[in-house]
Amino acid sequence: MRSVALSKGPCLPDGPDWSFELLTQYQQEIARVAAYYQLDTYPNQIEVISAEQMLDAYSSIGMPIGYHHWSFGKKFIQSEQQYKRGYMGLAYEIVINSDPCIAYLMEENTLPMQALVMAHACYGHNSFFKNNYLFRTWTDASSIIDYLVFAKNYVSQCEEKYGIGEVEDFLDSCHALMNYGVDRYKRPQKISMAEEQRRQQEREAFLQSQVNELWRTLPAKANSNPTEARFPAEPQENILYFIEKNAPLLKPWQRELVRIVRKISQYFYPQKQTQVMNEGWATFWHYTLLQHLYDEGRVSDRFMLEVLHSHTSVVLQPPYNSKHYSGINPYALGFAIFTDLRRICEQPTAEDREWFPQLAGSDWLESLHFAMQNFKDESFISQYLSPKVIRDFHLFAITDDSQDSSLEVSAIHNAEGYQQIRQMLSAQYNLSQLEPNIQVQQVNISSDRALTLRYTPHNKIPLGGAIEQLMRHLHRLWGFEVVLEQLDHNNQLSVLARCPTPHHP
Amino acid sequence: MAHFIDRRLNGKNKSAVNRQRFIRRYKQQIKQAVSDAISKRSVTDLSSGESISIPARDITEPFFHQGQGGVKQRVHPGNDQFSPGDRIPRPQGGAGGSGKGDASADGEGSDDFVFAISKDEYLDLLFEDLALPDLKHNQLDKLVQYKTVRAGYRAEGVPANIDIVRSLRGSLARRIAMSADKKQQLRQAEAELAELELAAVPDELARRALLERISELKQRLAAVPFIDSFDLRFRNYQKKPEPTSKAVMFCLMDVSGSMDQATKEMAKRFYILLYLFLSRSYKNVEVVYIRHHTQAKEVDEQEFFYSQETGGTIVSSALKLMQEIIAKRFNPQEWNIYAAQASDGDNWAEDSPLCAELLSKQILPAVRYYAYIEITPRAHQSLWEQYERLRASQPKLALQHIREVSDIYPVFRELFKKQAA
Repeated sequence: MRSVALSKGPCLPDGPDWSFELLTQYQQEIARVAAYYQLDTYPNQIEVISAEQMLDAYSSIGMPIGYHHWSFGKKFIQSEQQYKRGYMGLAYEIVINSDPCIAYLMEENTLPMQALVMAHACYGHNSFFKNNYLFRTWTDASSIIDYLVFAKNYVSQCEEKYGIGEVEDFLDSCHALMNYGVDRYKRPQKISMAEEQRRQQEREAFLQSQVNELWRTLPAKANSNPTEARFPAEPQENILYFIEKNAPLLKPWQRELVRIVRKISQYFYPQKQTQVMNEGWATFWHYTLLQHLYDEGRVSDRFMLEVLHSHTSVVLQPPYNSKHYSGINPYALGFAIFTDLRRICEQPTAEDREWFPQLAGSDWLESLHFAMQNFKDESFISQYLSPKVIRDFHLFAITDDSQDSSLEVSAIHNAEGYQQIRQMLSAQYNLSQLEPNIQVQQVNISSDRALTLRYTPHNKIPLGGAIEQLMRHLHRLWGFEVVLEQLDHNNQLSVLARCPTPHHP
Repeated sequence: MAHFIDRRLNGKNKSAVNRQRFIRRYKQQIKQAVSDAISKRSVTDLSSGESISIPARDITEPFFHQGQGGVKQRVHPGNDQFSPGDRIPRPQGGAGGSGKGDASADGEGSDDFVFAISKDEYLDLLFEDLALPDLKHNQLDKLVQYKTVRAGYRAEGVPANIDIVRSLRGSLARRIAMSADKKQQLRQAEAELAELELAAVPDELARRALLERISELKQRLAAVPFIDSFDLRFRNYQKKPEPTSKAVMFCLMDVSGSMDQATKEMAKRFYILLYLFLSRSYKNVEVVYIRHHTQAKEVDEQEFFYSQETGGTIVSSALKLMQEIIAKRFNPQEWNIYAAQASDGDNWAEDSPLCAELLSKQILPAVRYYAYIEITPRAHQSLWEQYERLRASQPKLALQHIREVSDIYPVFRELFKKQAA
């Protein structure tokens, strides 16, 4: 048993107004307890901002610096409208995966809220960013801010040189394919800003020469064999990368813009894959850290009541038939799984011994850290979703087959259903099943340079979205004909769309 | 391990550029919305911002996503009634119980994108490409008024304009210049005297000469005047011509029985546009309301638009009154005079030639611009014909015909279109 290190002292003031001295006091207390629970974090940079600034941060998807683009303006106008009409509350905090870890606190928060937010963002999310394997391999916290600065400057240089409209249109096309600018399996390299700038120059020249080589129009050698090699040799999932490296007509600056969009997309990719875990982890720790302070007598009842009030509304899960229901609340699910994980370690039941033989009775802190470090939502759920959590949430699974006139309840929270629900919920967080699988299939290098993309439906789900419009964006990037084909479950190939649309004579 | 930064004082308009980009990109749609709004909105709050609505499908950013259909499996919380194998009828319309928020994501069935633009942005869009008619080439010779401005200092002037600091500074300089060498001689003489008195045998003769010299120097120093008329500096003023920023707008309206409330509302919108437009160019715009049936009367806004009158129509009465008011209160040398007359075209047939004459002889020479709008679905009558004839020789006169509310803004644009240089 771990002994709770009681540091007896007077109760800290409980607000409601905060001051920087009080924030520092709370931060130190929380840091002390966090160290006790072995939370390993980047240094914290805590910035207090106003509501308007929070709206600004919203519109740039939380990036502290972003290049200019009308779509961010649209997002800003949208959130401003919603906020002004009271449709939407503002988040209490935004935290950025960078080193030092930047967390924004809202000026309007009361002192207990600020403490909650600090525990949540500066110790919960921060330790997650630093230790989860996805973030460790995919993002480089120390260089992201520099990269964003580089991107912003580069985009505005391009605007000066080539005109705002030109750059904007091109970025539109890149944004449309943003989700296809990610390497799912290959690991990106880490580089610094200076390095990035130096390389950018080199890359420009080199890339262009490569492209020229690929598209050379000189006659091939006489002995070229008639069954020419496919290009690309294997299907490519990273469409933006493929375009950046191979599109025949792009100018060097356009290639660089594709790269910028791709890099930013890559940076956010781990966040998309760890929503439940990340929020669950942060929620678990704000709860545990503040509860620890309360047990020590360092914070007052009044303080704790306000914290618990906010905490319970954060982890609220409305049932499927509630009008507030909008899917599973990642905070609630993640918090429940981590809390149950601790329970399984500390007070295992017979059921837990059967389901989690290696966890029952183990050191809970070690097990929790292990879970946080080595999983993403999909694998985390399939590994740790316990029958108790399924029961507590009353989870049930629905199968919706469009061939069928009605929906079927395929599993509920009973002994037969646990495995199936766990598996289906895990699949529900599997990005590769949520995003349509579209890959670069082939390019006719020797003839009309047409680019063929292939959509392979998952579970016979058809492709959605404004396909015509998207094809025009693809065409703008590629510069020659683009074909989108579909390979359905019967291995039948069919053409979904073509751009430019063929004109019949 | 942690430090706090107070960012609250940093600029909060980080998104301003992006917002501008958005407006730039959708200018066409926004302009359309603005000109639609002018005919729909209540006239009284026209000077505030405007709420703009753009069809959401115009501004979606497309992305690939999974469409409807196929086999979908979802896990939901809160089971209260289902057992495995239960079959549920597919929820119709909307996302309903299935909780899938897909309906709006494909960019079709969603609402318009509504947002507010500020008053300035609104007016910019509203009056883009519009210019004040006939202003430029008259600006220098006619539209000037004089403003007195400070222009340095001078040596002569009236006592009221004496600049004390400057004068005393001059006095100090003069006193230093006039007394410096004497003071030096005085100090020298006093030093010699002190030396002499210290000697064992004082040289009485030299001592007396020195004392005499000292008293003479002191006298001469005392004679330097503290202030002299030479020191005085007076503030200088000049008259500088500058374009006047005063404008007056005459609203003339027929309130005879033939003008119903709807027609008056239309006229009112036109006046409000004109007022907004003028207030962008002039600091203060005065408005004079003249209404008439067989007699004309100057009234306040409320009465102008909302009081009921009946009777025949004699337009010249209003023109006469306007001319009197100009003569009495608004000197055309100082004021930019604009006039807008609204009518349904009814007039005593005999009166119309008189109106044309009044306009061409008396009023048009004094005003910058005279707009006549006829609000009627019927054919033109004598007044329009007279004005039409006049227009050929009078570029300041503009005629437009309004049939319904939505005509107002296009007509207004037509009237004030930037004339190609």
